[in-house]
Amino acid sequence: MYQYTAFDTQFVKQRAAQFRDQLTRWQTGKLSEDDFRPLRLQNGWYVQRYAPMLRVAVPYGEIASRQLRVLAQIAREYDEPEAAVFKAAMEGQGKLGTTFLPTHCAHFTTRTNVQFNWIPLSKSADVMDLLASVNMHGIQTSGNCIRNTTTDALAGIAVDEIVDPRPYAELIRQWSTLHPEFAFLPRKFKIAITGAKDDRAATGWHDVGLHLVKNDAGEIGFKVFVGGGMGRTPVIGTVIREFLPWNQIMNYIEAIVRVYNEHGRRDNKYKARIKILVKSEGQQYIDDVEAEYRQILEIDGGPHTIPQTEFDRVAACFVAPKLADIADVAPEALQAQLDAQAAGHVMFGRWLQRNVHPHQNPQLRAVTLSFKRPGQSPGDATSEQLIALADLVDKYSAGEARVTHDQNVLLPWVHASRLFDLWQEAKALGLASANVQLLTDMIACPGGDFCALANARSLPIAEAITQRYQDLDELDDIGEIDLHISGCINSCGHHHSGHIGILGVDKDGKEWYQVTLGGSDGSELSGAAVAGKVIGPSFSAAEVPDVIEAVLNTYRDLRESGETFQNTVRRTGLDPFKEAAKQARHKEETETAAA
Amino acid sequence: MMLKLLAAQDHQPPAEGDTRAVALPNDADALALPLDGVERVDLHFPNFTDGRAFSQAFLLRRRRGFAGEIRATGDVLIDQLVQMQRTGFSSAVLREGVDAADAQRQFELFPGFYQGDAVNPQPLFAAKAA
Repeated sequence: MYQYTAFDTQFVKQRAAQFRDQLTRWQTGKLSEDDFRPLRLQNGWYVQRYAPMLRVAVPYGEIASRQLRVLAQIAREYDEPEAAVFKAAMEGQGKLGTTFLPTHCAHFTTRTNVQFNWIPLSKSADVMDLLASVNMHGIQTSGNCIRNTTTDALAGIAVDEIVDPRPYAELIRQWSTLHPEFAFLPRKFKIAITGAKDDRAATGWHDVGLHLVKNDAGEIGFKVFVGGGMGRTPVIGTVIREFLPWNQIMNYIEAIVRVYNEHGRRDNKYKARIKILVKSEGQQYIDDVEAEYRQILEIDGGPHTIPQTEFDRVAACFVAPKLADIADVAPEALQAQLDAQAAGHVMFGRWLQRNVHPHQNPQLRAVTLSFKRPGQSPGDATSEQLIALADLVDKYSAGEARVTHDQNVLLPWVHASRLFDLWQEAKALGLASANVQLLTDMIACPGGDFCALANARSLPIAEAITQRYQDLDELDDIGEIDLHISGCINSCGHHHSGHIGILGVDKDGKEWYQVTLGGSDGSELSGAAVAGKVIGPSFSAAEVPDVIEAVLNTYRDLRESGETFQNTVRRTGLDPFKEAAKQARHKEETETAAA
Repeated sequence: MMLKLLAAQDHQPPAEGDTRAVALPNDADALALPLDGVERVDLHFPNFTDGRAFSQAFLLRRRRGFAGEIRATGDVLIDQLVQMQRTGFSSAVLREGVDAADAQRQFELFPGFYQGDAVNPQPLFAAKAA
């Protein structure tokens, strides 16, 4: 992991002090509500349906055990609604059928951050100080600024990796942090980097997507995409540069963002993302960026060209940790041991197959701990689970974990000889569901139970589908599939990129759900990034699990040998799925919908 | 260069026909503005969340080397003063009723920044290497 310097540490502490100053001025009436809002947002503080929400930055997903322990402390001591707030929330959501709202827990997000749902604003500055004590913060986790850069959860360890993206992600973190010119952009701005053959970072869906590549001469550079995004107008990023030398990345992003800051629309927030500018201007935007980039180099002198020494300093933080107490074992012997353990324990074998990933170091494996299980929302972790997680991270993964885009936690440094012990401990904690990349390993936003923007609840839908699909044999038979659920068109649950997407919509004050098929995040499994297509008028909450089941049964009927859901949908088209979904409508609700 | 803070009553918009002071709308191209004989450019924040003037200030000060006054006008929030200074503004017109001590305190928060800017073009890593 990146090791914070004295400067980095002090910087985060001063940011917390600045936030306390702003909070105090708001509390004493010196700062109006409208003035405070953008300032608190840029520190991760939203005010949601019933309570504030805090989004804590986890830069490119890397998190240390000591940071997990502080998140556990925040969950335990601060993620507690005031009685009146909780009562109002339970009454309000109870009318819709919600019977349970989790408290004292953290939530892992698709942009590898961590959210809390109940911390009162009056305690917010104390929480920021606590976070700063372990170099954590909420800097630019919201607001119209450059957000947390995300990357592949397998960065630095993936067997298909071309270049480790983490040092670049860290350099971009530093460059973008409190950038004086780019804090009040037309709209939010998200960057994702991948350095592997398989794009596990959904780069096509970001404002800027970066692919680390090597040219024919073996030099490292970036293929740069710009103008991807979800929301009302899903757009896949356009290639703006086939090869940008690695040390120019900050100068080039500066050009991209400056042209956007000057020309992005500010009259309509739904048209303010860079994707709209890139779409409307086309080649003109690309020409403008190239012209601006040349001027940055030729007139400004390209001050943010990364020197090799600085790259080396940052990259040195990302060397693999030494697992001192474990001797190397011949890879064949390790595999034989795992095979024997799997033969003796069927569930371990399944977990090995689904949740354990190969590693650049043949001694090691990466392990996904699944935070997708019945009774808890996707990506939620209680304070107790966070503590237990921190212990596992210390014991099995050199103190380092990764928050994944799929809302799980990955342990990157597990010795193969210790997988069985880890599995047993994770199982006891309920973190060993062998469902990674299967239907129940779904992405879901917090939805209408928490979020003020949501049109409908996401979590009860997620729970209903999870409950229905608890048979691992059935899940295995359905195979690898991305189910993504968003409570509104803002698309935090990435419904556009789901093989099956579920989108909450509001009709006449009631919750309805649109179902899309065939969306892709751009990974090898999913195919080229594309938004899913709607399969008919929206469904009621009660209908959704039946519709999903009908869609899945249609796939199982139609698939050819070994064909994934995604490939079947692409081969057959939507018609058979539309028909099946239509048949799954409930009679009564069909009449109501038609009325 | 320290940012000069002006009270609202101390600010006069450029008079008509005054060639030494110019008010540049925030959708204008800062690279196209004629600067001969210009001593002051007023940049405008119609709302403090509209950040276009930060880029205009940077381009005037750094790209074009304008040495005169760049003044922030309109909806100026004291929490943006440091950003204004860093992007090349030399003065800012405060809203009415702002506590001067609150404004001054903004400059004492951070010991340094990561990026280069219009005033200190070199980023932190270059300063450390020097």
